[in-house]
Amino acid sequence: MFKKFNLQETMSGQNSVKSSVVRGIRSKLLDQFPGLEPCMDDILPKKANLIQIKCKDHITLYAVDGEVMFFQHFNDPITPTLRLLHQYPEILPQVKVDRGAIKFVLSGANIMCPGLTSPGAHLPEENIPEGAIVAVMAEGKEHALAIGLTKMSTDDIKSINKGNGIDLIQYLSDPLWKTRID
Amino acid sequence: MAELPVTKKSVLYCGVCTLPPEYCEFAASRKKCEEWLKDAHPAEYARLYNDQAITQKLAMTTLSEDRVAKEAAKMEKAMSKEEARMARELEKKMSSKVVIKRVERNKRKCVTSVFGLDVFGVDLKKTAKTFANHFACGGSVSKNPQGLDEIVVQGDFSDEILELICKNHPEVPRDNIELTEEKKPKKVAA
Repeated sequence: MFKKFNLQETMSGQNSVKSSVVRGIRSKLLDQFPGLEPCMDDILPKKANLIQIKCKDHITLYAVDGEVMFFQHFNDPITPTLRLLHQYPEILPQVKVDRGAIKFVLSGANIMCPGLTSPGAHLPEENIPEGAIVAVMAEGKEHALAIGLTKMSTDDIKSINKGNGIDLIQYLSDPLWKTRID
Repeated sequence: MAELPVTKKSVLYCGVCTLPPEYCEFAASRKKCEEWLKDAHPAEYARLYNDQAITQKLAMTTLSEDRVAKEAAKMEKAMSKEEARMARELEKKMSSKVVIKRVERNKRKCVTSVFGLDVFGVDLKKTAKTFANHFACGGSVSKNPQGLDEIVVQGDFSDEILELICKNHPEVPRDNIELTEEKKPKKVAA
């Protein structure tokens, strides 16, 4: 989604959000990511000055204190950014790719099933349904490599083991990662 | 997932490629990252780069030997390319000029335009604002006839701007700053 992204060019306006809207966003986030509950006040304090940045192609970024925390595409679920995920790794279900795949993911490739089922990779025991947002970890690494959207459920990934398993949303060193707001 | 203690983790990012240091090996600026980490965070460096043998073994298990060699060669190539690119950029930077131009509007009034600061990574909008504040006058970023951005300050401040740039942006070499003047061509009497 953010393979080609330039904030200066795509930004159509930014404004700070009303506190009532912030409340709405908070509750939406808590619905989506129950793991966020204990740290919600750290991420999005009640009094925080949340800035909403609208970009082209229906992309909305949410920033607190100059850090992009979440983004949203049209009416899709609000997604945390990689930086936030690094700080709170538990908020998303995790899948792990093998070492051979890291290079390709870092240049923005979608993740194919074999990269998720090979010996170095790991899929959680319980099934993750299709269309869920997952953190993509990497073999032998501690931090998340990318954030993706599952194209099929993890059970299917295991059984079919072919084709596109996860669509990449954000990956390390993509333009959004490098974006700074001041 | 929910029962895990959720705490804020502080993450170290590489000063060169901005990734967490464990991913530096995949960046084109690998060598520089390594040096940076050695200087800035020796402990982390020892942890990551002493395990070199282990990670290498990991790579071996998933890839056959000659593929590893091939990958290494590819990496090498990418790195030299990256270095060449950086060198070229630096050269471009060194040879590009910042032009401070005094443009006459009518007899007594003129504006000063500063062109070429963006090459040095200076935020034009902010700089225009500081100029405007500093000289208590209008300052803005506008497109020149070539369609490139330049800073326009109302009033003649060429010398002061020169000094201000030198003070605020030491990355701009003074020799590259040029002062020029542009007079309106005299109206030909009809």
